[in-house]
Amino acid sequence: MTQELTQTREIEQTRKRSQSRNTPRVVVLVVGAAIFLFPFYYMVIGSLQAKPDTSVAGVVPTHGLTLKNYASINDRVDLVRSLVNSGIFTGGVILCTVVFGVLAGYALARLHFRGKGTLFAVMLLVQTVPFQLLIIPLYVMIVRSYGLADSYLGMILPFAINSAAVFIFRQFFMQLPEDLFAAARLDGAGELRILWSIALPLVRPALLTATLLTFIGPWNEFLWPFLVTKQADLQPLAVSLANYISNIAGRAANPYGAILAGAVVLAAPAVALFVAFQKHFTASDLGSGVKG
Amino acid sequence: MTTATVATDPAPAQGSGRPARRPTRRLARIVGRQPLGIAFAAPYAVFLGAIFAYPLGLAVWISFHDYFFAAPGAQVARPFVGLDNYRSAVTDPAVRRSFVNVAEFLVINVPLTVVLSLLLATALNAAIRGRTFLRVAYFVPYITASVAVVAVWLFLFSENGMVNHLLGGLAPDPSWLVNSGLAMPVIAFFVTWKQLGFFILLYLSALQAVPRELYESASVDGAGKFRSLMNVTVPGVRPATTLVVILATITGANLFTEPYLLTNGGGPNGASTSPVFVMYQRGIEQGNPDVASAIGVLLVIGVLLIALVSRRVLERN
Repeated sequence: MTQELTQTREIEQTRKRSQSRNTPRVVVLVVGAAIFLFPFYYMVIGSLQAKPDTSVAGVVPTHGLTLKNYASINDRVDLVRSLVNSGIFTGGVILCTVVFGVLAGYALARLHFRGKGTLFAVMLLVQTVPFQLLIIPLYVMIVRSYGLADSYLGMILPFAINSAAVFIFRQFFMQLPEDLFAAARLDGAGELRILWSIALPLVRPALLTATLLTFIGPWNEFLWPFLVTKQADLQPLAVSLANYISNIAGRAANPYGAILAGAVVLAAPAVALFVAFQKHFTASDLGSGVKG
Repeated sequence: MTTATVATDPAPAQGSGRPARRPTRRLARIVGRQPLGIAFAAPYAVFLGAIFAYPLGLAVWISFHDYFFAAPGAQVARPFVGLDNYRSAVTDPAVRRSFVNVAEFLVINVPLTVVLSLLLATALNAAIRGRTFLRVAYFVPYITASVAVVAVWLFLFSENGMVNHLLGGLAPDPSWLVNSGLAMPVIAFFVTWKQLGFFILLYLSALQAVPRELYESASVDGAGKFRSLMNVTVPGVRPATTLVVILATITGANLFTEPYLLTNGGGPNGASTSPVFVMYQRGIEQGNPDVASAIGVLLVIGVLLIALVSRRVLERN
């Protein structure tokens, strides 16, 4: 009886507590989210204004919206060309990462071979090497020694295989039951065959997660392609837009409008992909990749 | 593929019996049971060697030599100069300034990142409506190109920008990005905002490992929200906190795009330069890769020290 009473009281308390606990929490989260999203809203609004209206009232414009800024940035920066360059750079990295990363992830998860432990240790170590130390030697190697300046290969090389993606592949391959592999091997299937027709179809979510994760690296990367491409018709959009911001913007009629129009074009593919596939960016999917 | 079959199958068809099995086993001891793994992992191993290990060694080598850019294939003398490059890096006021700047950046960015991402992750961890939307909202800046979001911040924080209009008479003079006292803090806030989604995700995954019973017993003991956060959550996610501090420090040390674009090349008067920005100036613009490499090595030593210290401090408590 008393036990029952305490129980009901506890349940009531918990309910009350969770209600009172949730209201301020939701308010804080929603306000925070609004602050986080506002710059994106403002980016779109700014890109549509004929004249930049920076007053507080200008946040909700009522008239004078135009697509002219998109035309004007397109006059200065060849948007299509830049997007194609960004696409080739990103696509090359994704292709290398998926092909070689799946092979490496499979080997690290499922095969016993000499040097496996070393490779895994080196892979962990690599995550701690800051890229900035490597800028100078990579520049010396790729631009000066191999003469790969102003080439897609030169852009792609330092990013070719994303270690975080290899991690994710390894993690997913490890979760598959060993019996599956033993049975296939007993049937005389070769490892490549096992990987292609048995393991790979089972880790499709990993493929998607790793591809999305890999996408945002080169698509958003600025410093490296900025260093290796001097020719405007080879520059990815992040680089050509940055050059526009730092060099030419001062001379344009509505520099902010044009800059923001370019920013929208640069941001849109990544944001769209992320929103479409956001359920693959869960803590557990990526957490395994990040923590190893 | 044939090698794999030989290695996995103890009795290959062509040579059954003892003499044939021994060499296979010995071979297995040298290359492993499935030597095909070596072939599978080889491209990645070569990549790690060529893109990380070799350049890492090269960076250190360059920093101890009188190194300059030469035409490909040209044979030039690059004498060993000991610590000369380090000396010219350390005595360069611009380099010192950039290290002070990045220290200021880290002092603002790292604590803010830890506190905000832990609080937001704790709040997001509860089962509330619209969780997906909120998660997306906090993650969007992280997945967007710096160049794109820098453009909006330039617009927002410019002399005649919306932020100054909002503040009216309280607007700083000179304005945010051209004010030597405010340029670096603005960059620190920008990076906090941009990276927070990633760190929230790290904490969210760490929070799954904190046992629910601990919260229940804390609330039975009469602990309030704040006390259970401090006594249960914070100790429970301590390893994640170490990771967040180290990763945020590495991100801060990598700072380049923001000083280059947001404050127009580390301005005003070098108040917002970063070591990587100075490396770019010295190494590639001015053609002194040796001094730039020395700056890079010093930077990495600094990051490693911070990582070690934060690990010690966070894991002892």
